[in-house]
Amino acid sequence: MDWQFVFSQALTQAIGPTMLVYALGAIGLNLQFGYTGLLNFGQAAFAAMGAYGLAMAVVAFDLPFWWGIAIGLAAAVVMALLLGIPTLRLRADYLAIVTIAAAEIVRRLARATVWSDTTGGSDGMRGFSEPFFEMNPWPPDATWEFLFVSMDSGRLVIDFGIFSLQYSNRDLWVMTVGWALVLFFLGIMALLVHSPWGRVLKGIREDEEAVRSLGKNVFAYKMQALVFGGIIGAVAGFIFALSRANVQPDTFTTDFTFYFYVVLILGGAARIFGPVLGAALFWFLYNLLSQGLIQAVRAEVIPQGMLSTTQIGPLVFFLLGLGMVLLLIYRPQGLIGNRKELMLDVR
Amino acid sequence: MSDKERSDNERSDTAPTEKAPAEQAAETAPPAGGTPAGKAGITAAKAALKDVPPEPGASKPDPILTASGVRRAFGGLVAVDVDHLEVQRGTITALIGPNGAGKTTFFNLLTGFDRPSQGTWEFDGHRANRMRSYQVARAGMVRTFQLTKALTRMSVMDNMLIGAHSQIGERMWAGLFPRLWKRQEAANRERALSLLERFKLIDKRDDYAGELSGGQRKLLEMARALMLEPKMIMLDEPMAGVNPALKQSLLEHIKDLREDGMTVLFVEHDMDMVHEIADWVAVMAAGQLITEGTPDQISADQRVIDAYLGAHHDAAQH
Repeated sequence: MDWQFVFSQALTQAIGPTMLVYALGAIGLNLQFGYTGLLNFGQAAFAAMGAYGLAMAVVAFDLPFWWGIAIGLAAAVVMALLLGIPTLRLRADYLAIVTIAAAEIVRRLARATVWSDTTGGSDGMRGFSEPFFEMNPWPPDATWEFLFVSMDSGRLVIDFGIFSLQYSNRDLWVMTVGWALVLFFLGIMALLVHSPWGRVLKGIREDEEAVRSLGKNVFAYKMQALVFGGIIGAVAGFIFALSRANVQPDTFTTDFTFYFYVVLILGGAARIFGPVLGAALFWFLYNLLSQGLIQAVRAEVIPQGMLSTTQIGPLVFFLLGLGMVLLLIYRPQGLIGNRKELMLDVR
Repeated sequence: MSDKERSDNERSDTAPTEKAPAEQAAETAPPAGGTPAGKAGITAAKAALKDVPPEPGASKPDPILTASGVRRAFGGLVAVDVDHLEVQRGTITALIGPNGAGKTTFFNLLTGFDRPSQGTWEFDGHRANRMRSYQVARAGMVRTFQLTKALTRMSVMDNMLIGAHSQIGERMWAGLFPRLWKRQEAANRERALSLLERFKLIDKRDDYAGELSGGQRKLLEMARALMLEPKMIMLDEPMAGVNPALKQSLLEHIKDLREDGMTVLFVEHDMDMVHEIADWVAVMAAGQLITEGTPDQISADQRVIDAYLGAHHDAAQH
């Protein structure tokens, strides 16, 4: 059994393009849920706004790439306003109900056959990512070597001996942009949550009536958090769509939202770096388990009769779910959360 | 990290200078909290109310709050139906009444936490019945809650700072540029420290508010309300669930509010407390204002005894 391959794969993925999607989505969720206490169960729909906004603008309406980005962001803002205006004056659970329903509506609309000429229906869309990859500054045919880092006709290999990280030329560009965005939003978040504005958000999370009695317009603050978190969700959608070079409606199910929550809780909610650490660990474990099991079945470490390769996918999610349950019992604060803070009674 | 260090430095800079006047005051002033200027507050309050007749809706020489025809019905049940009430500026006014009299509902209406079925009221010369709760607070009328609302997973200091009014850094875009609000924040921090000193919470400033005892939370809530520099402070059962030792210090704090020129309106059940600190008492029963007067007048009023004190009165004599 090839442990080296399994670890290399898992570690490659742990800082790769997909992990960045989870990290970005969870950063947005961290502002909404971690700091403000808003139960947004529709983060997948905000990602879909970004992904579909970009794809439809470029493919169906033939607009330039940057227009697509602008439209994706605008769509996320509009959606946040639409969801927020009726629900943010009400109790927290109403937002949860409305967002989970809205996310499903968005997905159903995207896969509806009626508009399949513009949205691509259940097949989704491709062919919008070329302008993005044309901007790729990494030379596609470079070949060089420096210590343990080498470039083999555009393919980056970082060889640590016991394991190695490998990224294709396109992955490199997605990761460059993705990590830049992650760092950018982490910087913004760090400034915001340590400002008086962030203090009001935390106050709202604790007790919005109290904050209201202190002269703060709670509705406006909640709306700002929902909109900004949604914008970051749309950015996650851009990276998601661009890294796969296609959009498909059925990737934006509620599962997607719950992965963002898993990532956030795993890393530690209301901590700046929580989402990034959570995303890396989540995606590392996912790949380690699935690659490990596949290798184990192939090498017949696990006998054929016990587990077939098609059963591995569901089994991995079962194991991750179990891990999540154990995490909530034994380490509810996540990787870097504050247990003392979490254990205080909240009225 | 640097944030914390800086705030530590700040604290060590400001703490001694903050302490000095407070200690002096503690030494020279009697525990009743009456500095020479302090006596002025109560004297003025008594003088202003001297000629006011003890009847419901009596008009006051300089009312800060004037409410007319305030009515709140929940379906068929009329919870509040107050014809007229004026609260004299600079006094401590108690709002008493048996359970279910509508005191807290009336409170919620005045502070914008509930909407009236009908009625108007003016606060400090502005019509306030259309204001939302946060606008009421900004206008200078700040309330506390019957069940204390400490922001549990925030530090005591953050609880105080969030109360400060018109903060530049509370705008989202301004939050991104610390230099725009650092100076204001430092000033607010200084004010918070002196308030915490006054309310004896200074040693708790870095603890989570959730770690405070019930009584300390009451103190924190009152101190936090003062961060808004209100004109009028509304206390909803400030003594509920507070032990007798702390009760006395809370009473002194409330008296100090009057000496600082604030108007206090509070809901209370404890008649001893009402007697001790209130300049004026308004009595509600079944949603209506049944009478008003000084504490002595109220105790002697047969209507009040019937409506509210009756049961206690009988029980006490047995």
